[in-house]
Amino acid sequence: MLGFLKRPVVVTADINLNIVALTGVGLLSRLWRLSYPRAVVFDEVYYGQYISFYMNRVFFLDDSGPPFGHMLLALGGYLGGFDGNFLWNRIGAEYTSNVPVWALRLLPALTGALSVPMGYQIVSELRFSHCAAMGAALLLLIENALITQSRLMLLESPLIFFNLLAVLSYLKFFNSQKQSPFCLRWWFWLMLTGVACACAVGVKYMGVFTYLLVLGVAGVHAWHLIGDRTLSNVCVFCHLLARAVALVVTPVVLYLLFFYVHLTLLYRSGPHDQIMSSAFQASLEGGLARITQGQPLEVAFGSQVTLRNVFGKPLPCWLHSHQNTYPMIYENGRGSSHQQQVTCYPFKDINNWWVIKDPGRHQLVVSNPPRPVQHGDVVQLVHGMTTRLLNTHDVAAPLSPHAQEVSCYIDYNISMPAQNLWRLDIVNRQSDKDTWKTILSTVRFVHLNTSAVLKLEVVGEKLSPGHHESMAWNVEEHRYGTSQEQRDRELELHTPTQVDISRNLSFMARFSELQWRMLTLRSEDAEHKYSSTPLEWVMLDTNIAYWLHPQTSAQIHLLGNIVIWASASLATAAYTLLFLWYLLRRRRGIHDLPEDMWLRWALAGTLCAGGWALNYLPFFLMEKTLFLYHYLPALTFQLLLLPPVLQHVSDHLCRTRLQRSVFSALVIAWYSAACHVSNMLRPLTYGDRALSPGELLALRWKDSWDILIRKS
Amino acid sequence: MLCASGRLLAARAATPLPAPPRARGPALRSPRRELHFPGQPEPPPWESPAGPLTRQSASPHRRVILRWGRMPPAVGRGLAGSELRLRRSRCGPRAARAVGRDGATQAAARSPKRRDPGSRRFEGAGRQALLALVTLLSFATRFHRLDQPPHICWDETHFGKMGSFYINRTFFFDVHPPLGKMLIGLAGYLSGYDGTFLFQKPGDKYEHHSYMGMRGLCAFLGSWLVPFAYLIVLDLSKSLPAALLTAALLTFDTGCLTLSQYILLDPILMFFIMAAMLSMVKYNSCANRPFSAPWWFWLSLTGISLAGALGVKFVGLFIILQVGLNTIADLWHLFGDLSLSLVTVGKHLMARVLCLIVLPLVLYMAIFAVHIMVLNKSGPGDGFFSSAFQARLSGNNLHNASIPEHLAYGSVITVKNLRMAIGYLHSHRHLYPEGIGARQQQVTTYLHKDYNNLWIIKKHNTNSDPLDPSFPVEFVRHGDIIRLEHKETSRNLHSHYHEAPLTRKHFQVTGYGINGTGDSNDFWRIEVVNRKFGNRIKVLRSRIRLIHLVTGCVLGSSGKILPKWGWEQLEVTCTPYLKQTLNSIWNVEDHINPKLPNISLDVLQPSFPEILLESHMVMIRGNNGLKPKDNDFTSKPWHWPINYQGLRFSGANGTDFRVYLLGNPVVWWLNLVSIALYLLSGSIAAIAMQRGAKLPTEVEGLTRVLLQGGGQVLLGWMLHYFPFFLMGRILYFHHYFPAMLFSSMLTGILWDTLLRLCAGALTSSSLARGVHAVGILSLLLGTAYSFYLFHPLAYGMVGPLAQDPTSPMAGLRWLESWEF
Repeated sequence: MLGFLKRPVVVTADINLNIVALTGVGLLSRLWRLSYPRAVVFDEVYYGQYISFYMNRVFFLDDSGPPFGHMLLALGGYLGGFDGNFLWNRIGAEYTSNVPVWALRLLPALTGALSVPMGYQIVSELRFSHCAAMGAALLLLIENALITQSRLMLLESPLIFFNLLAVLSYLKFFNSQKQSPFCLRWWFWLMLTGVACACAVGVKYMGVFTYLLVLGVAGVHAWHLIGDRTLSNVCVFCHLLARAVALVVTPVVLYLLFFYVHLTLLYRSGPHDQIMSSAFQASLEGGLARITQGQPLEVAFGSQVTLRNVFGKPLPCWLHSHQNTYPMIYENGRGSSHQQQVTCYPFKDINNWWVIKDPGRHQLVVSNPPRPVQHGDVVQLVHGMTTRLLNTHDVAAPLSPHAQEVSCYIDYNISMPAQNLWRLDIVNRQSDKDTWKTILSTVRFVHLNTSAVLKLEVVGEKLSPGHHESMAWNVEEHRYGTSQEQRDRELELHTPTQVDISRNLSFMARFSELQWRMLTLRSEDAEHKYSSTPLEWVMLDTNIAYWLHPQTSAQIHLLGNIVIWASASLATAAYTLLFLWYLLRRRRGIHDLPEDMWLRWALAGTLCAGGWALNYLPFFLMEKTLFLYHYLPALTFQLLLLPPVLQHVSDHLCRTRLQRSVFSALVIAWYSAACHVSNMLRPLTYGDRALSPGELLALRWKDSWDILIRKS
Repeated sequence: MLCASGRLLAARAATPLPAPPRARGPALRSPRRELHFPGQPEPPPWESPAGPLTRQSASPHRRVILRWGRMPPAVGRGLAGSELRLRRSRCGPRAARAVGRDGATQAAARSPKRRDPGSRRFEGAGRQALLALVTLLSFATRFHRLDQPPHICWDETHFGKMGSFYINRTFFFDVHPPLGKMLIGLAGYLSGYDGTFLFQKPGDKYEHHSYMGMRGLCAFLGSWLVPFAYLIVLDLSKSLPAALLTAALLTFDTGCLTLSQYILLDPILMFFIMAAMLSMVKYNSCANRPFSAPWWFWLSLTGISLAGALGVKFVGLFIILQVGLNTIADLWHLFGDLSLSLVTVGKHLMARVLCLIVLPLVLYMAIFAVHIMVLNKSGPGDGFFSSAFQARLSGNNLHNASIPEHLAYGSVITVKNLRMAIGYLHSHRHLYPEGIGARQQQVTTYLHKDYNNLWIIKKHNTNSDPLDPSFPVEFVRHGDIIRLEHKETSRNLHSHYHEAPLTRKHFQVTGYGINGTGDSNDFWRIEVVNRKFGNRIKVLRSRIRLIHLVTGCVLGSSGKILPKWGWEQLEVTCTPYLKQTLNSIWNVEDHINPKLPNISLDVLQPSFPEILLESHMVMIRGNNGLKPKDNDFTSKPWHWPINYQGLRFSGANGTDFRVYLLGNPVVWWLNLVSIALYLLSGSIAAIAMQRGAKLPTEVEGLTRVLLQGGGQVLLGWMLHYFPFFLMGRILYFHHYFPAMLFSSMLTGILWDTLLRLCAGALTSSSLARGVHAVGILSLLLGTAYSFYLFHPLAYGMVGPLAQDPTSPMAGLRWLESWEF
C-alpha cells in the first residue's frame, strides 16, 4: 500500500512495432473502399434479412447457426442507425440510402484485419522465430479469399477471428502456466480461451471443431499435470477445477446468454412463428398471443376449441372438416365410407372449430361451474359448423390404406354404426388426474372401439406405443361455449375470442425449444450453381462468383491465391511425413531433434495441422450443400503451419550455409510469386476495376473456375 | 409390378402385421416345463490353496510379460493363484505344441509343478468340463423348440428367399455381401430343401418344406457365441468366475436366444465377429512366442474370421477396425523394443499384412467369385446392374444378345441411366398429384424390367409410322431432334417450366399428349457424349444425353425416392445445370426394330474386378437408399442399450403364437449399469496410476485387468455402437446385438474385478473368498431367474397380451413401450 509514495510510478510500454504495422496494413487491406459495391453481394442477401429482423425486433428462426453471429452483424446495423427497411430479395440489388453499408460491413472487416496480427502472435507463441511469425501474418494478409470474405456482411471472418483468438489465448495461458500459475495473467488468458470458444461456437456451429481442438489439447496437458508428482493433490485439483470452469462452464453459460439476448431482443411475432409450438408463439407479442389472450385455461365439456397438430411438418395445420364427403370409390378402385371428410387444414378457418362433448349428455354448452376434462376421460368431438361427430372405423384411409379412415359420421341408415368415442390421453401429464389445458397440454385421442390414434393426414393409426409428434394435438384457440342452438353457435364461432392472461414460458423452455427446432429443421438440400465438394477445395478447383456490376464487367469472386493454397497443402503433407519420420525414429531411440524442439514441433502440428483436419475432414460426412467458403477456417490453420515448416527445413534439413542461403532465396522468390498472383487477382477480390474479356479469360487459370464474361 | 421397388422397405414395414392365427393346442403345455435348469455350477473348487506359492514361482515371468506390455496377471489374494499358473503354462515353452481350445488345460495338466499331479489333472478336467457344460447349455437353449413357429418369422422372408435363390441359381440383389446368404442356401441344400418355397410374407406356413436345416445352421453358429465369449473373457481376465458370469449373461439373454433361432444373418455375423475377437485375444497371448505354430494359427484364423464377418454384413468393418487398432498398438510396441532388430520388426509387419490384409481380401473376393459363379441365371435383381453386367446372366435378354446395332427411327427401346442402381426411364398411367407441378402423367425411373419401360423413338416433325415398310430405314444421329413416345400409353416425354416434385430447382418431366401428338415441349436433342455431329448411335455402348429443346435442360434422375403417389420409384427431372454427371447420362439397352438385322453383341463381358466394383457400388447405393421416411416410427440408437422397444418376430394379437425380440431386461440393465460403473472405476484407477499411487501388488494386478482387458472390450462395444449414430439409413433394434456381446463381456470382467477388490479390502481370506463367491453366485442365479421369467418372449407366447392379468406374461411388461 502507498508504495507510490516511496517509489515513482513507472509505466514501461513495450510496443512491438511489427504488430502495429501488421494491424495497420491489415486494416488497410480490409477497410479500403469498404462500402463499394453499394449492392447486395452474395450471401448478404441471406444474412441481411436477419439484420432487418433484429432491427424490427421480429422473431425468426435460422437453422444455419446460433444467434451470436447474426447479432454481431445486427450490432453494426444498430451502430450505423439502420432502420431495417430494405427488401433483401436478390443478389445485386442496389442498397437504398437508409442502409449504412459501411457500418454493416465494418465488424467482419475488423475481425478479418485483426486476424493478421493474431497469426503473427500465434506463431511466435509457438516459439518459432520472429521471421516465421511475420511470414504467417503476411500470408494471411495477402490471401485473396480471406480478404473477399471479410469485406462483406458474412460470418466466416468473425468465426476465423474467434478460432484464432481461442488458440492464441490458450497458448498464452499454456506458456504462463510454466512460469506462474494462478496469477492474473494466467487467469485472464484462461478465461479468454473459454470466452473465445463460446463466441466461435456462437457464430457458427463450425466453431465446435476448434472448441474440440482446444479441449483436446487442454485435456492432454491436464493429463500431464495429473502425472506431475511434484504437485500436491490439492494443487492438481485446483488446476483441474479452474480449467473445467473456464473451458466448460463459461462457454455453456455464454452460449445460453447469447440465446437469452436473442430472445429478449426478438419479442414480436414474425414469419417463422408457425414452426414453433403454440406455447412459444403465445409468448411473442402480436400473432397468436393477440388471439389467445384471455382464453380460459382449462378445457371443459362444452368448450369450443381448435386443435393444432404438434408435429407441424410439412405444414402446421388444424383439425378440420367440411360439408364434402369422401368419394364413394377412389381413383385406384378402393371404396370409402362416403362420409364427411376430415382433414388437417393449414389455414385458420371457421371450420377448424370443434366442440368437446360429454358422451353422456346432450348439452353442447359449458355448465356452471365448468367441468374440466381430465386425462383418461371419454369425449366426443363435435364439428362446430356441421354438428357431426368425429368418427373412425375399420375402413381404409384415403392415402394410407393400412390406417383407418376418419370421418364425421353421417347416418346413412346402413349397418355401419357410429364409433365416435375417444379417450383423451394427455401426453405431457404430470399425474393421471391432470386436466386438459389450452396450449400447454399435448394430447392424443385414442379411439375407444379400435384403439386407433388420431394422426396427421388424418387417419386413425393402429395403436403403437412408440410416441410420435404427428399423433399429438394441442388446443390453440379456446372459449367456453354458451349457445345450445346450432344457429347461435355458428354466430358465436364467428366472433373472435377475447380477454387477457399472459402465459409466460420460462427462458429455459423457450431456449430448449428454439435450439431443438434449429437442430432438427431440415431445410431442403438445395443444389446450387456454385456448390462444391470438399475434394475440390484443397487445390482450389472451384470458385464462387459473388457479384457482377450491372453494367460493366467488374465482378467479385471468392477466389483464393492459388500459389498460397497449393503450397499450404504441400506444407501440411510435408509436415505429416516429417512428423511420422521423426516419430518412428524416436521410437527406435534416435533423437534427431532436441527434446524442446521436438515438443514445439509437435505442439505446432497438433494445433495447426490438427486444426486443419478438424475443420476440414468432417465435411466429408456432411450431407448439406457445401461451398468453398466452408474451407476458409481450415485454410487459416494451414497457413499458420506453412512458415514453421519452412523454418524447420531451413534450420534442421539444410546442412551448410550455402544450402541455407539458397533456401532463403527460394522462399523469397516464392513469396514474391504469391504477392504477384495476389495482385493479379485483386480486381476479382475488390471488384473495383472492370476487366476486358481478354483479361478475364487470361485470369481463368483453371477450366473449373467460373469467371463471368459478358457477351457483347 | 409397379410398387416392387420399395420391396425391402415394404416387407420390413409389414412385419408388425399380425401373423395368421394359429391353433396351438399341444404347444401350450411346454413353455413352463423346461424351466428346471441344470443348477448353476458350484463355486469352482480350484479357486483354492497354493496362492502364495504359485505367485512366487510366477513372478519372474510376470516381469517379462510386463515389459511386453501384455496383460499382467490378476493376483487376488489367492483367488487368482491358479489362473496365474494356467497362463504361465500356456505361454511357457512346454506349451508350444499345445494348439486348440483345449490346449491350455492339457498343457496345464502336463506341466510339472509343485502340486501333485492328481489334483492338477482334476483341475484340468474340471475346466474342460465347465467349458463343455457352458457349450452344452448354450446349444440346449438355442436348439430347444427350434421348429416353432413353423411359419415365416420377420426377416426370414428375405433371407430364406435369398437362400432359395442360391439353390435355384437365379440372380438377385441385396444390400449385404453374399456369404451369409450363401451359407443359408448351402445349409438348405444339404438338408434337402429344394428351393421351391416362395417366402412371400411373414406368417406364411412352411408346411412340407424343409426349413430346419437353415434354422439349424443359424442356431448352430449362434450357439458358439457363448463359449467364444467365455474363452475371450477367460483369456482377458484369467478369471473363471468372470468368464462364467459372461457366459450366463449371454446364455440367458432372451434377445440373443431369439436372434439365433431364425433364418437371419445376425447369428452368422456375430459368430464371425466373436471368432475374430477370440482369435485376436488368443494370438495376443501368444505374443511372447512369435512365429510359433499357435501364433500363426491364431493370426491367420483372425484374418479368416474378419473376411467372414465382412462377407456377411458391412457391420464387419467395425471388428476389422478393432483388430486393426490392436495390430497397430502391437506393432508400435514391437517397434519400440530396441532388442528387436529392424528385420525382425519387418517380419512381424509382413506377417500381419499377409494374415490380416492379404488373406481376408483374397477370401472376400473368393466369396464374391463363388457368388457370381453360382448365380448365373437371370432373376429379379438384373435391373439394378448395368447392361454389361446383365449380359453374363443366362435367360437375360442381353445374354448372347443379338439386337440391331444402330438406333433408327421407329425403334422400340429401353433407356437406362448410367449411374448405378437408378434404373430405366419409366412411365405409367398415373398422374402427378395435385399441387405437384402440372397434373400430367408421371415419368420416373424404375429398377425392374417392365413393359412400361419401353419407348418408341420418333422424328420430331412427323407422326407417320416409321415402321411402314415403304419408308427406308433412317438412323438416328448425334444431334438429331427426336421425340420419345411411351409405348404403353402413347404419351410423349415432356418437360416444362414447372418445378420437379423433389428437386425444386430442376424442371418437372411428364408424359404429355394424346396418341403421340403433343407440343414443342416434347422435343429433345439426342447427343452422344464425346462425339462429333452426324454419328450414328450405338445400342448399349453410346453414352447419350437428352437435352430439352425449349428450356435447354438435361434429362436426368436425381436418385431420390418419390413418395407413395410415385410408387416409391425414383424421381426424373430435367436439370438446368449442364455439368456432366452420370445422373444425366443414359444408354440404350433393349432395342427392337424389325427392319434392321440383328447382330450378336458378346464383346461386352465385364472382367471380375469390374463386376466386384459394380456390385459394391450397387450395394452401397442400396444401403443409402434405405432411408426412413418422415412420420415413420423408427428405432433410434439411444433406444437400444436401455432395451426400450423390441421387434415383433411373429404374431401380434392375443390369439397368435407370438415371438418378441427383446433383451432380457435384467441382463441389459445390468450391462448398462456396468458400463457406467466401469467408466467410473476405470477413470479412478487410471488417475490413481497416473498420480503414481502406491497400490498393493494384488490391487495393481486387478487394476490392470480392469484397464487393459476391460478397455479392449469397451473399445469393441464403442466401435459396434457409436457409428450407428452417424448412419443415415434406417435402423433396427437388432443392430445393437454385436455391441451387446461386448457389453456383456465387460459386465463379466467388471463385476468379478470389483468383487475381488471388495474382497481384497477384507482381512480374513476365507471371508474374502466368501464375499466374492456369494457375489458371483447371486449374479448368476439372478440372471437365471430372470430368464425363467422372460423365456416365453423367445420360445413363444400364446394367450392374452401382457396387460391382461390372466396372461402368462402379466406383470412383466415393465416398460409401456414393450409390445407383448
